[in-house]
Amino acid sequence: MTPASDVLVIGAGVIGAATAYFATQQGLTVTVLDKGLPASGTSSSCEGNILVSDKELGPELELTRYSLGVWHNDLAEYKKLWEFEAKGGIIVASRESSLASLHRVMSAQSGYGVDVEELDREALREAEPHISPEALGGASYREDCQVQPMLVAAHLVRLARQAGARFVADAPVTGFLRDGDRVTGVSSPRGDFSAGAVVNCTGTWAGELAAMAGVSVPVLPRRGFVMVTEPLPPMVHHKVYAAEYIDNVGSSDAGLQASPVVEGTPSGTILIGSTRERVGFDRTVSTEALGLLARNAVSLFPFLERIKAIRHYHGFRPYCPDHLPVIGHDDRAPGLWHAAGHEGAGIGLSAGTGKLLAQALAGQSPDLDLTPFAPARFGEEFSGASTTVTEHTEEATA
Amino acid sequence: MSPAGNRPGNDGVNADVAVVGAGPAGLAAAVAAAEAGAAVAVVDAGSQPGGQFWRHRPETIVPEPDGRGHHGWRTYVDLRSRFDAARAAGRITYLPGLQVWMAQNYDGGFTLRTTPTVAGVPPRDNGSSVARTVVAPRLVLCPGGYDRQLPVPGWELPGAMAAGGIQAFIKGNAALPGKRFVIAGTGPFLLPVAAGVAEAGGQVLAVLESSSGSAWLPHLRAAAGVPGKALEGAEYASIFARHRIPYRQRSIVTEVLGTNHVTGVRTAKVDSVGRVRPGTERIYQGVDVVGFGWGFTPQMELPLSLGAETRLDADGSLVGVVDEHQQSSVRGLYLAGEVTGVGGASLAVLEGLAAGTAAARGRALSSSKTMWRHRKFAQAMHKAHPIPPSWQEWLTPDTAVCRCEEVTAGQIADARDLLDARDARSLKSFTRAGMGWCQGRVCGFATACLGEGTGNQGAAPSVGSLAGSAKRPLAAPVAIGELTALAEPAETNLQTKKN
Repeated sequence: MTPASDVLVIGAGVIGAATAYFATQQGLTVTVLDKGLPASGTSSSCEGNILVSDKELGPELELTRYSLGVWHNDLAEYKKLWEFEAKGGIIVASRESSLASLHRVMSAQSGYGVDVEELDREALREAEPHISPEALGGASYREDCQVQPMLVAAHLVRLARQAGARFVADAPVTGFLRDGDRVTGVSSPRGDFSAGAVVNCTGTWAGELAAMAGVSVPVLPRRGFVMVTEPLPPMVHHKVYAAEYIDNVGSSDAGLQASPVVEGTPSGTILIGSTRERVGFDRTVSTEALGLLARNAVSLFPFLERIKAIRHYHGFRPYCPDHLPVIGHDDRAPGLWHAAGHEGAGIGLSAGTGKLLAQALAGQSPDLDLTPFAPARFGEEFSGASTTVTEHTEEATA
Repeated sequence: MSPAGNRPGNDGVNADVAVVGAGPAGLAAAVAAAEAGAAVAVVDAGSQPGGQFWRHRPETIVPEPDGRGHHGWRTYVDLRSRFDAARAAGRITYLPGLQVWMAQNYDGGFTLRTTPTVAGVPPRDNGSSVARTVVAPRLVLCPGGYDRQLPVPGWELPGAMAAGGIQAFIKGNAALPGKRFVIAGTGPFLLPVAAGVAEAGGQVLAVLESSSGSAWLPHLRAAAGVPGKALEGAEYASIFARHRIPYRQRSIVTEVLGTNHVTGVRTAKVDSVGRVRPGTERIYQGVDVVGFGWGFTPQMELPLSLGAETRLDADGSLVGVVDEHQQSSVRGLYLAGEVTGVGGASLAVLEGLAAGTAAARGRALSSSKTMWRHRKFAQAMHKAHPIPPSWQEWLTPDTAVCRCEEVTAGQIADARDLLDARDARSLKSFTRAGMGWCQGRVCGFATACLGEGTGNQGAAPSVGSLAGSAKRPLAAPVAIGELTALAEPAETNLQTKKN
């Protein structure tokens, strides 16, 4: 048995890394375990978005805005380490009907203080000269940013270690240590680790870990494919997506959905996202998904038709039935905390999640009320959900 | 996935056996399968049969090549005439100029999706070089390999080439990529490359071999089992003598010199683990091409994408596991040639024949004694010509490791030491090593080694790390415009694509 920590973080993805980092900033002693290496799950197979533009009004938008502040203030000095880029997002409407819905969304968002500006045909072309001639207009979101997510997770783990945290790789959790009802630590092939608080930051695998502790947390995987082009001179300057994307994000439809999300990166490659489908942990490459990505990308930026794709990757977004994450203490298993289920927004929400959770772990009242994210909010109706998630050993491909 | 995604569209080719590659293994597999009665489709990136080993000038220019500078040319001529006969008889559908960008298996069969090797090349008379989809219940993969490279300061300069690249240039163009050459690395392959340069009129200032002849001593029995190799060796010795090519053992290039192009190399003697012996440095000036060869890396992306089981071979390469009929762990998927272990063209032909026969459900060829002797020889060769364990010490922090993305050895060491990036996949994520155009084909092995760290003897990369580096979900770049058709279920292919 190693010496007990105040906080034991399970999972060195971006959520676990942020939680560990901010816990050290609270003066807590921290140990981080990962079943593999840092950023080897969903954090390494996403696009690194920090988006305001696609959020539903309510608790998610509040957490987003809080998190944005953490990125810009608490973590300001590290921006370069993870290629923080305030590139801005643009939503494009190509049909009169979607333009009308976009206008409705914009005015609602403005009411909540979101920085959004309408783009008419000309303004849109000035911002994105290669946009399709069919695009009617759009909305510009200057607060939307992007980071290199693997570097965020890896550097936050490094910064946490610098502040005294301990990181243990290749340590999958095999069971929980208990004292009566209370969770007091975990066992793993690398030994037993005890702690005052165990934080489940295992993303897509959070339901399974929770089940090991005897509680139900309905986090499920939603697969997404992203395609990457050959490096090009700058052709796409913002994160550009179609108005239908917003509907897709909130959808619970199990079938394959895709709406165009196209963005340039500092290295010159263009990322083309993204599909959403509920197929469990199926890693079979779907030609249909690749075809949809290609077709939608060309509809936004016709020049892409002649550009070569050089790779694609897929990941599994962890989502909850109400599309809100679980963040906070699990009253059903004292000592166990969760921070998972951020779906496609985990990178952006990680900074805020980590800071708020660290405040709560330190016994403070968090800056933002975490009640809407309470892990026990689903009741027993979803208790069977996590048991369908069994395959988890294979490494994600990037 | 919808089953429609797996059906060939109007462009589809159905076969009993699909073969990828038309080098020694692929040609042999196609011929054997066709002669056993199967309908065969052969997809090859080259514009004519032969692969890298039997690469020759375009037959449109030289219709009857004489095979000068080639080994086993009689074998090629024999396989080629049988290949042409099977084509004429309609048993082989030959699809040159196409690369497979994705292979899938479904219901016990395979789908190969292809794209033209060079974009913008107009369709040829024989109708090939237009992307085709091949569907077959059995598949033989013979994709070969490419030169394994180790980074060294200055190797990103124009004029620094893969040894095999020099050979391919000479075979394909009957011309030289430069005038004054140094060939360096390890293994018998350096000999034909240097001999080819000399016979084509180039000057070879030196061949530098990091290993030594005495490394063969424990393996003489294996060497004696393949007398043909000794004859080849004697032939090279005579060419080296005739052209006065110095062959320096226990020697390496420590730096490629030049500003805009290679102008020279700095060399040194090394000890048995590859450590530079102080005071042995030497500079060769007036060099315009330096060729490096550190063995070969089999092209594993297609076997990996189909889920074939892999292992580490004696040379540290990731290779596919096969049974005595060359069948992989995936039913109906056969592997032949370098993807089952680098062993040269003669072995590749034998494996191709066995795989083709088995895939055609012909009378199974039992693994022959000759094949066994060739394999023993290959293992002996790998052991006598290892990657020097201390090679990482040759690097400076500024040495480029990934040339596509300009990632240095120092950046990789930092990611390994500060960010816990110990495998090729993490290093790729954190540093972009292997993210460029070649997708890690050149730097993947070296990056995986660097992830293991320098250690005492430079630990070899694990199966997991090499597989992470060799997995390429797109096995070849493909135009986004070509992918758009995949969104359509097969039966609606003809409808307009507007949403």
